[in-house]
Amino acid sequence: MDELLTDFLTETSESLSVLDVELVQFEQNPTDKEILQDIFRLVHTIKGTCGFLGLPRLETVAHSAENVLGKFRDGELKVTPDSVTLILSSIDRIKELLGVLEETGVEPEGEDKDLIEQLNATAEGRADTKEETPAVDPAPESEAEDVSPIEAGGEDEGFPVAQELIEEVATAVAQGVTAATEEQILAEMAEEHPVEKTAAEAASVEAAQEADDGAADAAVPAPSSLQAPATEPKPPADAGGKSGKQDVAEAPKESSIASQSIRVNVGLLENLMTLVSELVLTRNQLLQMVRGQDDSEFKVPLQSLSLITTDLQEGVMKTRMQPIGNAWAKLPRIVRDLAVESGKKIDLQMRGADTELDRQVLELIKDPLTHMVRNSADHGLESPKERIAANKPETGVIRLNAYHEGGHIIIQILDDGRGLNMERIKAKAIANGLATEAEMEGMSDQQIQQFILKPGFSTAEKITSVSGRGVGMDVVRTNIEKIGGTIEFSSKESKGSTFTIKIPLTLAIVSALIVECGGERFAIPQISVLELVRASANSESTIEMINEAPVLRLRDRLLPLVLLGQLLELGDPAGWTGERLVKDERFIVVCQVGTYRFGVIVDRVFDTEEIVVKPVTPILRDISMFSGNTILGDGSVIMILDPNGIAATTSEVTVASEDSAAADKLGTAGGEERASFLVYRAGNDELKAVPLALVARLEEIDLTAVEHSHGVPMVQYRGHIMPLVPFNPGHEWPKEGRQPTIVFTEGERSMGLVVDEIIDIVEDNVNVELTADQPGLIGTAVIAGKATDVIDVSYYLTQAFSDWFGGQMGGATTVSAEPNGRRLLLIDDSPFFRNLMKPQLAVAGYDVVVVDNADSALKLREAGDSFDAIISDIEMPGMNGFELAENIRSGGQWSETPMIALSSFAADQNVHRGLEVGFNDYVAKFNRDALIDTIERTLNAVSEEGVA
Amino acid sequence: MNTVTPVRPEDASVNASSTTRDYVTLTIAGQWFGIPVLMVQDVLGPRDIAHIPLADRVVAGSLNLRGRIVTVIDMRKRLGLPERPKDEKGMNIVVEHGGNLYSLLIDAVGEVMSAPEDKFERNPATVDPLWRDFSDGIYRLENQLLIVFNVEKLLEIGGNLGTK
Repeated sequence: MDELLTDFLTETSESLSVLDVELVQFEQNPTDKEILQDIFRLVHTIKGTCGFLGLPRLETVAHSAENVLGKFRDGELKVTPDSVTLILSSIDRIKELLGVLEETGVEPEGEDKDLIEQLNATAEGRADTKEETPAVDPAPESEAEDVSPIEAGGEDEGFPVAQELIEEVATAVAQGVTAATEEQILAEMAEEHPVEKTAAEAASVEAAQEADDGAADAAVPAPSSLQAPATEPKPPADAGGKSGKQDVAEAPKESSIASQSIRVNVGLLENLMTLVSELVLTRNQLLQMVRGQDDSEFKVPLQSLSLITTDLQEGVMKTRMQPIGNAWAKLPRIVRDLAVESGKKIDLQMRGADTELDRQVLELIKDPLTHMVRNSADHGLESPKERIAANKPETGVIRLNAYHEGGHIIIQILDDGRGLNMERIKAKAIANGLATEAEMEGMSDQQIQQFILKPGFSTAEKITSVSGRGVGMDVVRTNIEKIGGTIEFSSKESKGSTFTIKIPLTLAIVSALIVECGGERFAIPQISVLELVRASANSESTIEMINEAPVLRLRDRLLPLVLLGQLLELGDPAGWTGERLVKDERFIVVCQVGTYRFGVIVDRVFDTEEIVVKPVTPILRDISMFSGNTILGDGSVIMILDPNGIAATTSEVTVASEDSAAADKLGTAGGEERASFLVYRAGNDELKAVPLALVARLEEIDLTAVEHSHGVPMVQYRGHIMPLVPFNPGHEWPKEGRQPTIVFTEGERSMGLVVDEIIDIVEDNVNVELTADQPGLIGTAVIAGKATDVIDVSYYLTQAFSDWFGGQMGGATTVSAEPNGRRLLLIDDSPFFRNLMKPQLAVAGYDVVVVDNADSALKLREAGDSFDAIISDIEMPGMNGFELAENIRSGGQWSETPMIALSSFAADQNVHRGLEVGFNDYVAKFNRDALIDTIERTLNAVSEEGVA
Repeated sequence: MNTVTPVRPEDASVNASSTTRDYVTLTIAGQWFGIPVLMVQDVLGPRDIAHIPLADRVVAGSLNLRGRIVTVIDMRKRLGLPERPKDEKGMNIVVEHGGNLYSLLIDAVGEVMSAPEDKFERNPATVDPLWRDFSDGIYRLENQLLIVFNVEKLLEIGGNLGTK
């Protein structure tokens, strides 16, 4: 049978068993909204799934039942025993249909007009509900089908299999059987039937009594409840052996598919896991005792014990973990069917399907995920026509992303559809009484968007069989919050929507690198480890010191290093200082957090190991270095390092504008950006500084290797010729020795700036105060308490390559200006240019906010930030400058803000197109003076216009 | 309702001088302490304790108790007593608090003792305020005084325990 159908049958029979109980409860407490909401959801889910699977009979019955329930929910219909009976009969009918479906794989022929008629009549409030039970087909299966859901209910109360399970596992292992065949499982299930039956009976009798008491006035009490006890327990003699499968198939009352898998209490698994860990420990102790005794008679049995233990451990672990792909398995089909049904073209992309999730968590997010994907497909994505009209590719994309991040599992569902209509959400929220119009005024778009996660909220105008009844997103939220997760939603009208689900890692197993430092072991989540470098004085990689700060040259970058021992106050402090640090053999774990890369110096590196992350006790939560702790295979307890925490304690040297979140922060902080500078000395005693982000490497050039070409000194560097530019034009080149050199790289080109001495790396506020009239300097800044000249790297770059900036290098005279309080937004994807231009614009008196892509810029707009002018690069990955301009000009609060385009390709047609899409002016990159002139001119023009 | 005055519970307990409570007794630096027996999950002999860097100094480390991680509190440090001699390993009394397991690292575990309630007294005012915080009161037993730990207070974060 189709796997999808099998899943559906298993799920639905579970849902139905819950429904039976809930309906009876509901009848007793017709005012209990929560129960009603639950029932409604269950029926809704059944209806939805049937629709996808192409089961029209089931779908129509569920749909009609849902209508009635909907009226209950909205208070339009009074809950009477008769109407509940009617719902129950619908449930019975569904069960009946399911029974046939399970046997034959197809929905039985026939009609349910009678029932639907009654349901519709009830829904419309005109029914004479005294009609009692509808004329249900006198189907013999109806009795039969009653049992399976109730039996499932019985299981919930505890499945007394612990002992048997362990025994079974033991037997299976002894026989070398790795997995039970289907027949075996069926046979075993059959053996267990009598036990389940008893429980089921007990439960159903109880339920029936409840129903009886509650529905005393009801003409007919819940039929399913009454009939259940009548079913006879299958005699145990039936069970076992090869006839098992047949028996089960014959046994008309068992839902064989529902019983092919069993539900085991997670607590039981947890206990098993604990026992296995203990077993591993004991095994290890035994192995330790026998080690070295070659003739021990225990040796052979111990070896097999060891093997079995390992297998057992793996087996038990596996019972809990599943790749998230399992929950996604049926999505392609659902999306495909939906695409066919609605005539849309949908491309479903799934990434990170092998991200492992605790089974329990997986179960809980399965439905929400399905709901969300369905939502995206149904009313997130537009029809091909609309898409073409909106200048989008015909095929809509729904993307699922799953990955581990910072102690959480992140699942994203993205679509590039129409996004949310803010006005409609507002209107609906007001209509539903969730907020008043006045309150709405004060809310950000982000806040308003979160309304869609509230119960009874659906913006779909049309109620379809898929969605639109206002259930769904609140189910999603409830389920996710149940497991301690969060869900966030963001949407851009006509651009698409993104759901981000964050689930804590607590239950998850992660791969971790085990390292040693100061005689203690730690785990570093593999996810943040980029590579390992072995460093010692005579190997290729050597730790170098810049003042007290250790750094490593790693390919074409300088990698800041963190001494784990020092950070954690471990081991011998003498080992951290300069000479020994450089000489001793060290291992460097290169980590990445966001865009920040750094190396963690450890003493030893062991293996990677799969670890179960356990949260630290509250007493230790304020130590940011640890994200949890874990027990290793040998039983020892170790701490799990948190790369985020480590990164936070080191002075972060990447420029904040590298990520958009930081840019947001920057925008509000008013330009007080911190950045790292490389401080050096050259020419005279004054300190010089260059933004560290611009520096590719630090080198010491062997002066004997310096060659001259056309009078320009250069060296061969990494297979290329690298010109050397002395900082001091009158620099005298010694014949031999080594000369510290700062290397700048852009693309293939490198340039070495020859200086006298590298002093330090300092993090400080970028606050360039005075413009020097000397070429090559941007100004003077107070860095680490000392007046320091900030050099204009571009000046030196053009000395090496006059065409470094596409031949557009202007004169290097600098305009001195007081802060003029004007805010500029600079968008450029090249960190090099960003870092080059920011200080220069700042020097000209502007307050500059820098972002690296158009999306981040638009985020600032959404956040309500405003600027006097926007300077944007044209060639950018993702949205380019032209598109950005179009977007900005199309509306929103920046529609009037002057925009200046910036590009290295200043061809006429570009200028033309730029002006066409809404740029006010166009400047070639990099012509600083022209840029500043243009900004002034543009701003003046705008203000004059404002006055006029 | 009727004229019979019901016996108030407190009366009952006062009259029944034989009412006792059970404590696991233990010693730290020669002083006797008691922990209500029902709070004690496990008593462990000397164990390997994994050091936790940067943790508060009263946290001795963590240990593995059948697959659960137990945070070990060095009771000598907690009570401001001199450190345990190097050659003495100490024993562990495991208690649960807020869903987490903690082990109190102490010198030695004594027997389980039934202490008669009428021998119970509040802490004398002269007792070190730190100790007064950790104790519910004191039993005047025949040979010695038994100080009853308030485990919750002992494990309270903040106060002495959250800071260095």
